[in-house]
Amino acid sequence: MSDELSPEMKKEMYWMMLLARRLDERAWVLHRQGKIAFHISGIGQEAAQVGAAFALQRGVDWVTPYYRDLALMLSLGYTPRHFALSLYGKREEPSSGGRQMPSHWGYKPANAVSHSAPVATQASHAAGIGLAIKLNGESKVVLSTIGEGSTSQGEWYEAVNWAAIHNLPVIFMVENNMYAISVPVAKQMAVPSAADKACGLGLDGRKVDGTDVFAVYAMMQELVAKARNGGGPSLIEARMYRITPHSSDDDDRSYRSREEVDEAKKSDPLLVGKRQLEAEGLLSEADLESMEAKAKDMVDDAIQYAEAAPYPEVAEGEYPVYAEEVRHA
Amino acid sequence: MTMREITYREAIREAMSIEMRKDTSVFLMGEDVGVFGGVWGVSEGMLGEFGAERVRDTPITEAAIIGAGLGAAMVGMRPIVEIMFGDFLMCAGDQIVNQVAKARFMSGGKANVPLVIRVTTGAPGSAAAQHSQSPESWFMNVPGIKIVCPATPADAKGLLLTALRGQDPVMFYEHKMLYGESGAVPEEDFTVPFGQAAVVREGSDVTVIAVGIMVKKALEAAEALAKEGISLEVIDPRTLVPLDRETLIRSVAKTGRVVIAHEAHERGGPGAEIAAVLASDAVEYLDGPVLRVAARNVPLPYSPVLENYVLPDAADIIKAVRSFWAQKGA
Repeated sequence: MSDELSPEMKKEMYWMMLLARRLDERAWVLHRQGKIAFHISGIGQEAAQVGAAFALQRGVDWVTPYYRDLALMLSLGYTPRHFALSLYGKREEPSSGGRQMPSHWGYKPANAVSHSAPVATQASHAAGIGLAIKLNGESKVVLSTIGEGSTSQGEWYEAVNWAAIHNLPVIFMVENNMYAISVPVAKQMAVPSAADKACGLGLDGRKVDGTDVFAVYAMMQELVAKARNGGGPSLIEARMYRITPHSSDDDDRSYRSREEVDEAKKSDPLLVGKRQLEAEGLLSEADLESMEAKAKDMVDDAIQYAEAAPYPEVAEGEYPVYAEEVRHA
Repeated sequence: MTMREITYREAIREAMSIEMRKDTSVFLMGEDVGVFGGVWGVSEGMLGEFGAERVRDTPITEAAIIGAGLGAAMVGMRPIVEIMFGDFLMCAGDQIVNQVAKARFMSGGKANVPLVIRVTTGAPGSAAAQHSQSPESWFMNVPGIKIVCPATPADAKGLLLTALRGQDPVMFYEHKMLYGESGAVPEEDFTVPFGQAAVVREGSDVTVIAVGIMVKKALEAAEALAKEGISLEVIDPRTLVPLDRETLIRSVAKTGRVVIAHEAHERGGPGAEIAAVLASDAVEYLDGPVLRVAARNVPLPYSPVLENYVLPDAADIIKAVRSFWAQKGA
């Protein structure tokens, strides 16, 4: 992709944010209807994810995403049907055939590695992938995303340190949505920004407005190019606000005020993106209507498809634990 | 004692609160335990009573939570740390195995480690491979830690108070699907000693040694089988380390048949140790094989059809019990 975004590309990025939003919203509804067991949301984080994804070479570069990265994954070719299948735990779900939780991703065509429930483990995987890229002399990069709370984990520091020492082509993107479940960022780190942690580890640390998809894209373009050209890793903090509760299992009214959430919604990345496109005359009312209609169709289709799809056969619960059949396993 | 019905969750909160009122060296720390009251709601309201110095939200740092708990314990505090999911214990694996468990031994007895690690166990339903494990036996192979698995609200309170008054580190496994279960619990301060199994239901034909939530399932199985004239004796070890061998052996001596039930995977689970104890010390009483009812040896899946297949339930206990006679009759 070129550094200069074409109008089509800008609209495409907005579309991805919108599609992710509508799909995410529907997952909440399905959970409230008792149709699915769990949902963890990326609402409010679409701009950072889409901006970062569009700076990558899809299917060439590697990604170690985290559980809020629905918009990132959709931008990399994971589809609404895939997501819906994962919500229902259906056999055709591409990450694991219904074995792992929704939003833990893993999508081979996008070189996206599965996320883990114990957080921050993906950062060292990203360092290892970066090491392999370097050893193989390839011109690829790794994007490793994470929430700000997870940057408290020792393993995260170990991984970033590793990447910095060896000048590995990894971009560590912290999606700072201000909360780790109920714990606000001030109880998670003493520095004002996760990007400030870079100075102690010896790599470039940047901050970007995580509600501005084009700003994220521009900064990511620069950092990806640097990594691809042997310039080493970077740490980028994209700051936004987690508009929903942590997951379908918690009620955020117990730890933050409605006023705070309402205030943050004024910087909803979808609103920000819409204003930007409108200011440039790139988004008409008709465009928006057709995008909304298309998103609704795609989401409806995905849910209908997943509902009709078969569950795994019970016996599929026995494998694959090992590469080959192991007696008395 | 004055009995009343409270939940397992409330019983644990009550034990913590009793001890925190009595002993200012006791404090609670963990992810989301403060304002939010813990993701399982166990510490709800405790921030209001004890304040933010003693009910502390931590960063997401399992290793530092347990490491800092050890540090504070060694200098005279009595920390309670909460780990949201047992599955995340391995983020703190070295702290538990090499630091917490060994501090007393490696200091020649100079270090006291009155640290209570409260941790959840078991499958809450479609939470998959990294939120559903029953990691009790992971640490049974590590000398220096006591391992507690309460199955009822009363035991949760009594065992936790014992843990909080001891001098050694305790891993206290709280089953997620028991938090909402109610039961009669004494209102007063009372303790349940470690290393003392409970005979939960007396019976004569088959002993079911059940751990954690499987106690409830074993009682369901006992109820169902009683209608067929099969009498189950249900034994809850309550603590896996130390293990009350005598009560287990006494029961097997009476019934001659034993089924061990736990939600952990079958291979290397708590049942492997219990079976070995029976094989060495009770083999003369056994009229049949030592059977285990446990999760299959595959990771826990998300999809409900797969999860139900992998997890053990009351029907599996019934099937195992019936197999003693099926084999003879065949």
